[in-house]
Amino acid sequence: MSNIDTDVIIPGPYLKIHDPKELAKHAMEGLDPEFPQKVSEGDFMVCGSNFGCGSSREHAPIALSQLGIKAILAPSFARIFYRNAIDGGYLLPIEIEQQTLGRIFDKDELEVDLNQNKILNLTRTESYVMMPFPKLVAKIVEAGGLIYYRNAEEG
Amino acid sequence: MTITEKILARASGKTRIQAGDVGFVSVDKVMMHDVSGPGVIKVLSEWEQKGKKLDHIWDPNRVWIAEDHFVPAADKVSAENIMILSRWTKKYGIKKHFKYGLGQYGICHTLSHEEAMVLPGEVYVAGDSHTNTTGALGAFAAGLGHTDIAYVLMNGKIWLKVPETMLFEITGTKPDYLMAKDIILRIIGDIGTDAANYKAMQFSGNIVKEMSMDERLTLTNMTTEAGAKNGIIEPDAVTESYLRERTNASYSPILGDTDAKFSELLTYEIDKLEPTVAKPFSPGNVSAARELQEIEIDKVYIGSCTGAKFEDLQAVARILKGRKVKVRTEVLPAAQSIYIKAVREGLASVFLEAGVVIGPPTCGACCGAHMGVLAEDEICVSTTNRNFPGRMGHVKSKTYLASPMVAAASAVRGKITDPRDIS
Repeated sequence: MSNIDTDVIIPGPYLKIHDPKELAKHAMEGLDPEFPQKVSEGDFMVCGSNFGCGSSREHAPIALSQLGIKAILAPSFARIFYRNAIDGGYLLPIEIEQQTLGRIFDKDELEVDLNQNKILNLTRTESYVMMPFPKLVAKIVEAGGLIYYRNAEEG
Repeated sequence: MTITEKILARASGKTRIQAGDVGFVSVDKVMMHDVSGPGVIKVLSEWEQKGKKLDHIWDPNRVWIAEDHFVPAADKVSAENIMILSRWTKKYGIKKHFKYGLGQYGICHTLSHEEAMVLPGEVYVAGDSHTNTTGALGAFAAGLGHTDIAYVLMNGKIWLKVPETMLFEITGTKPDYLMAKDIILRIIGDIGTDAANYKAMQFSGNIVKEMSMDERLTLTNMTTEAGAKNGIIEPDAVTESYLRERTNASYSPILGDTDAKFSELLTYEIDKLEPTVAKPFSPGNVSAARELQEIEIDKVYIGSCTGAKFEDLQAVARILKGRKVKVRTEVLPAAQSIYIKAVREGLASVFLEAGVVIGPPTCGACCGAHMGVLAEDEICVSTTNRNFPGRMGHVKSKTYLASPMVAAASAVRGKITDPRDIS
């Protein structure tokens, strides 16, 4: 599914909430109110293009990360969702090729190899390419988020 | 270099940069509101809890605060969020805090131009996706999340990827039933809601040059709905006179080079463009208003940073004058200053006599927060910017995005209406 927007990831009325546990209860409510019960620690989401379009609400990656989701694989991301996921250190937005979408199925066991920029599908013994993170973004990921990122240049 | 590249080059201390470069830029102004602010403050206090002292922020004079999403306080939690902001601005000496019920206040993207909080050539970032709006002043304006704003408050800079620029040339002669909203909806319908992802959308052409600032702001506002990082219009005499009515601050406008490179050049000749509406559930799902004229509606909402500026209200009043609305209609001016002007210039009585409710300036139902949210299956014509499932209320409600003129004409007929078709 493409264009999954932040209004379905975490609807507007919950924006006044800032407790991650409370937000997580409503994650993806606009699409599937049972979603929080269906995912567990270490899960990945595999989605269509332009994931996270819409508002700048950081509540969106916070809610998904609180449910244990570690990465979202999609052909493209809306820019603010992408930044928030990386800079807040919540989860990895991983850009994959469009054709990879048809190769991955529900319950497949996946592993992300950031050194080789590959996604391994352990269930089907296949691997897929991922777009490498730009150098600076990779450093922020490694630091665990922008607040913890400091390089000599930036003091 | 384009205007966007030149502003970012200036802000990164370089003479030349190009689209695709990733690096840090200095920020000139930063804003957060009652939704993003408490999140930003939470990031900062978690940092402090780790033993890092934060006794001052980067530059209190470059930080400003708006209360717009959940004012008037919708419940205890939103009341508490307002208090969190007030305590924080007091602690760090932030003077520009526009408080609900205390003089000028309103929607952040409206205050940014009404109060000239941002000037041409500046880098402006804020905790809201429609920050793009302010690019109509000739600034680089982009939305960010909590963590990024917290980083800016500590360091005065932020990392960015320099965007490619799509140039939209809007030309021809504008019919008087057409508004900037029709043009931007048509563009989003044509290019799609992710066509401008990571890119800048710049507008030029004789129509843009002839446009007032209020209309230009509608164009840049909805670049967010095409995924754009920023929307921008080169500053000119219109910009100058708009700002001179509002501030004495000096600024150095930046213009793009004549040999600037654009990733795409799209030309729109608008003489024959029809009043345009975006159907549920995407701002890119557009039709001519006339194709939808049999659709009966339950309400009309005139509000938000997109569609409740002073000229938007004037357009609504021209249609409502001497007429009655057939469906429930709300007008929420985008800022207190606009509300005052609407009262002084007689628009408010036109609205009231037409049967409309005037609400306080707030984001209100645009984001489904409060002040007129939609019920299951309720159909609304709205001057706002998004119509995703559940955006304005129930997940099965339906929002049609339209210009202020189409919204007003629809209120009069009780069906989606082209402004040419009301008698």
